[in-house]
Formats: sequence, structure tokens, C-alpha cells
Amino acid sequence: MNISRRQMLILLPAAAVAWKSVLAGTPESSPNYKMSEHWWSMLIDISKCIGCGNCVRACQTENDVPDGYFRTWVERYHVSDENMTNPEVISPDGGKEGFPEAKEDGGKYFYVPKLCNQCADSPCTQVCPVGATFVTPDGAVLVDQTYCLGCAYCVQACPYGCRYIHPQKKVVDKCTLCYHRITKGLTTACCEACPTGARQLADLKNPNDPIHAFLKTHSVQVLKPQMATGAKVFYNDLDGSVR
Amino acid sequence: MSVFKDAGHLFRFAGLFVLAFIVFWAIRGYVVPKSFGQYGHYRGNAIGEIAARSVHFAGHDTCETCHTDVLDVKKNGKHAHVNCEACHGALAKHADDPASVTPPKLDTAVLCVRCHATTAAKPKGFPQVSAEEHSTGLPCETCHQPHSPAMVAGGAK
Ligand code: HEC
Ligand code: HEC
Ligand code: HEC
Ligand code: HEC
Repeated sequence: MNISRRQMLILLPAAAVAWKSVLAGTPESSPNYKMSEHWWSMLIDISKCIGCGNCVRACQTENDVPDGYFRTWVERYHVSDENMTNPEVISPDGGKEGFPEAKEDGGKYFYVPKLCNQCADSPCTQVCPVGATFVTPDGAVLVDQTYCLGCAYCVQACPYGCRYIHPQKKVVDKCTLCYHRITKGLTTACCEACPTGARQLADLKNPNDPIHAFLKTHSVQVLKPQMATGAKVFYNDLDGSVR
Repeated sequence: MSVFKDAGHLFRFAGLFVLAFIVFWAIRGYVVPKSFGQYGHYRGNAIGEIAARSVHFAGHDTCETCHTDVLDVKKNGKHAHVNCEACHGALAKHADDPASVTPPKLDTAVLCVRCHATTAAKPKGFPQVSAEEHSTGLPCETCHQPHSPAMVAGGAK
């Protein structure tokens, strides 16, 4: 290509304008949504979770998750006084239909809802050989299922076990943080179905989001902070025994 | 030009190299999607495609625009913060077309117990009952109004 100096000078501002719109980014289906104005995360308040399984069922309905696979699931921890570091963890069918009755026995019980941590420095996106999984400019970790080869590198790379190979599609599937909902101004299906507010979608770029007040006044933790994944699912009241 | 006297084979090789590069570039331009690299090392259009999936849970704001009578009962009761679809299930289809999609009836023997059955694992402050003992076999809604369930002196709350 031969570009004269004059043409170059005309092209430069045009390129600048085009680059601006690239940075602003607008998913086609929701014209009023600007990716650059959001940075999504989730808040999980363990002291409020009652283990009803509403989130797991809602997620399955909303996202057509096949039976026996989970984008989100609930674990029940039982930590006894004698063995604080080896908790007994159960999650029958992901907690979809609730949990068996637990009897008072001196130890402590609590529920831990789990999902993709929407890591900002995600190990799963780094290992993908074809660029089929990525962190969006607004902070969701997504899979381009038309591009995925199903090699399962990312399934192994995820420290939280949040990915699986879809049994029919043979490509990777995972929590999208209900990207099709949050870009339309709705909350995620799991948060919509949670009766106690134990799960709350939060937008870290929105100064009016209640998460900012919450983070200032509570001792909040992420899972496996030593992995430096930049996890954005914040747990309140997280017990040290949770892995 | 004596330097290049015996270098013909090198030029042929270089020509081949350039040709291969052009072919590679042409194929690459053809197979790599246009939006690849728009935001990073991935297909930018994938974001829009994922965002375009359809919604199953309409969200409580949608329900409340039509069912204001239920909202009036619910908003001062103990279930005020329990969203409609937490009990009624995903009803976006019903919200789009209430005339032809009727929500299924709920079985309170399963529904209420899932949340309220006594177990040591629940947070202590959460109201729990041992279903059989408590209800004496009657359906929960004979005594509790589902949208405002508390039983207090002077009526439901
Ligand atoms: C566009 C208005 C509209 C919206 C939005 C709407 N509904 Fe309805 N709903 C109706 C109408 C109309 C009926 C039928 C009423 C009747 O037949 O008495 C109905 C009936 C119902 C019934 C069954 C009542 C019965 O007699 O069994 C339930 C439960 C219900 N709606 C729940 C919901 C929930 C939950 C939502 C939110 C997802 C919702 N509706 C959204 C209009 C709406
Ligand atoms: C705690 C669970 C629960 C919640 C939350 C709830 N419902 Fe219901 N709802 C029930 C039950 C149980 C019934 C009675 C059984 C049936 O009709 O399926 C019922 C009945 C209804 C009916 C038909 C009969 C009536 O009483 O009017 C409508 C309409 C309805 N609900 C709408 C709503 C809407 C709208 C919301 C949200 C504002 C909502 N419900 C929230 C449990 C719930
Ligand atoms: C999705 C979970 C869920 C379901 C299903 C549910 N509830 Fe509740 N219920 C709650 C929550 C959350 C509260 C509020 C607890 C609080 O105030 O701490 C509550 C409160 C109550 C209370 C008030 C307790 C008090 O503090 O006096 C009663 C009674 C009750 N529910 C009965 C029912 C009945 C009857 C049903 C079935 C129609 C039902 N619940 C279904 C979650 C649920
Ligand atoms: C025979 C009437 C009756 C039936 C049936 C009934 N309840 Fe109750 N329920 C009551 C009364 C009365 C109270 C308030 C007195 C109390 O706290 O014990 C109550 C209280 C509750 C509470 C609050 C307990 C607390 O600790 O504050 C819950 C939760 C509850 N009921 C759930 C249910 C569920 C779930 C069912 C269905 C399996 C059900 N009830 C069936 C009469 C009934």
C-alpha cells in the first residue's frame, strides 16, 4: 500500500475515532450497554446461605446446564472440634435438591456456594491455544463455543474446578455470570432466585453499588488468594477450612 | 554485478519465500474472523453472541408491574425479599404472554420445606420447623399465606 503524507494525515483521526469505539465496546444485542463502564463481580455472604439449592436449579434452567454438571453448586462443610483442618464436605447433586438433615453435634456447619470466580488474571484464559476463552472488557470470563476445540487445557488450569466439557457439544462450558442477563440490566439467575441475599451481583465500577460499603465494613476474602488469580467472587464470613 | 553472478538460486528461493508469505497472508485473512483481536486475542463478536442468548427468569420487577395485588400483600410480609421466581420458578415465557402460558401450581409440601426444614447446618437465626410435627400433615398454606407467611397476633404479617 502506498500512502502519501496527505492521506496519512487524513487517516490518523479516523483511526483514532475507530479505536475509541473499539475501547468503548458495545455488545450488539444491547445498544445502551457500554462494556467500559462495568467491572462485574459477585458477593457471597456465607452467614446468610441456607443451602436450599435455589441457585443451582435456577442456573440449570437459565443456562440449559446438563444434568450432573454444574456452573454453580453448593457445598456443605462440617468442621468438628477435633479435626479443624479436615472438614467433611458434601454436595449431593451439587446441592440442587437441598441437603440431608444435619444433627447438632458440637462441630460447626456452613454452606459454601461456588461458581466461576471471574478472575481478572485468569489461569484458564492463559492456557487456551486458540483464543476461545477470554476475559471481557467488563470482567466476565467467557467461552466462544464456536471456536473451542474441546482440548480441556482450561478445565485442568482452573484452580476452582469451575469448567467442564459439555457432554453433547463436546466443548467447554462454564458460568458466564449470566452475561446475557447482566448486559440487559437484570441480575444473574442465581441471585434472582436466592431468597436470603446470600449471593449478590456487584459492579465494582459503579460507585453507587452497595458492594463498596460492604467491602469497607466486612472481612471479605476470595478463594485461594495464594494463586493470585485476581478472583472477583468475594466471600464474607469465609472459614479457613474452605478450599 | 559480479557479486550476484552465481546467486540466481538465491533469488529464486527468495521469490518462493515471498510467494509463500503472500499465500499464507491471503489464507490467514480469509480464515481468521474479522472481529478477532478487536478486544484481545479472541473473536470480539463472541461477546455479542453470548449477550444475545434468551432469558428464562424475567426478574421480579417484571412480575410486579402486572401482579400489583400480590406485591401489596408481599411487600410488608416476611417474604418481602424473596423474589417471585424463587418460588414460582422461571416465568419469562409467562411474563411475555400471560394469556397462553399459565404458571404451574406449586406443591408447598416440597417448596416451603426446602427452605424451612430444620437442620443444624442452617444459620441459627433463620426460621426453621420440623415439617411433619409442625404442620400435622396439613398443607402449609392452610395456615400461612404464602406471600405473607408470618403468624402473629392480629393476623398475617
Ligand atoms: C403482562 C402481565 C404479567 C406479567 C409480566 C406477569 N404475569 Fe403472572 N399472570 C398474568 C395474568 C393475566 C395471569 C392470569 C390471571 C388469571 O387467570 O387469573 C397471571 C397468572 C399468574 C399466576 C397463576 C395464578 C393462578 O391463578 O394460578 C402466577 C403464579 C403468576 N402469574 C406469576 C407471575 C410471575 C412469577 C411473574 C414474573 C415472572 C408474572 N406472573 C408476570 C399477567 C402477568
Ligand atoms: C415463598 C414463595 C412465594 C413467593 C416468594 C411468591 N409466591 Fe406466589 N404463590 C406461592 C404459593 C405457594 C402460591 C399458591 C399455590 C399456587 O397457586 O401455585 C402462590 C400463588 C400465587 C398466585 C395465584 C394465587 C394468588 O394468591 O394470587 C399468583 C398470581 C402469584 N402467586 C404471584 C406471585 C408474584 C407476582 C410474586 C412476586 C411478587 C410471588 N407470587 C411470590 C408462593 C410464592
Ligand atoms: C426460597 C426460600 C423460601 C421458601 C420456598 C419459603 N420461604 Fe418462608 N421465608 C424465607 C425467608 C428468606 C424468610 C425470612 C427469614 C427472616 O426474616 O430471617 C422466610 C420467612 C418465613 C416465615 C416467617 C418466620 C418468622 O420469622 O416469623 C414463615 C412463617 C414462612 N417463611 C413460611 C413459609 C411458608 C409457609 C412457605 C411455603 C409457602 C415458605 N415460607 C416458603 C424463605 C423461604
Ligand atoms: C395448623 C396450622 C399450620 C400449618 C399447617 C403450618 N403452620 Fe407454620 N406456623 C403456624 C403457627 C401458628 C406459627 C406461629 C407460632 C410459632 O412460632 O410456632 C407457625 C410458624 C411457622 C414458622 C416460623 C417458625 C419460627 O421459628 O419463627 C415457619 C418457618 C413455619 N411456620 C413454616 C411452616 C411450613 C413450612 C409449613 C408446611 C410444611 C407450615 N408452617 C404449616 C401454623 C401452621
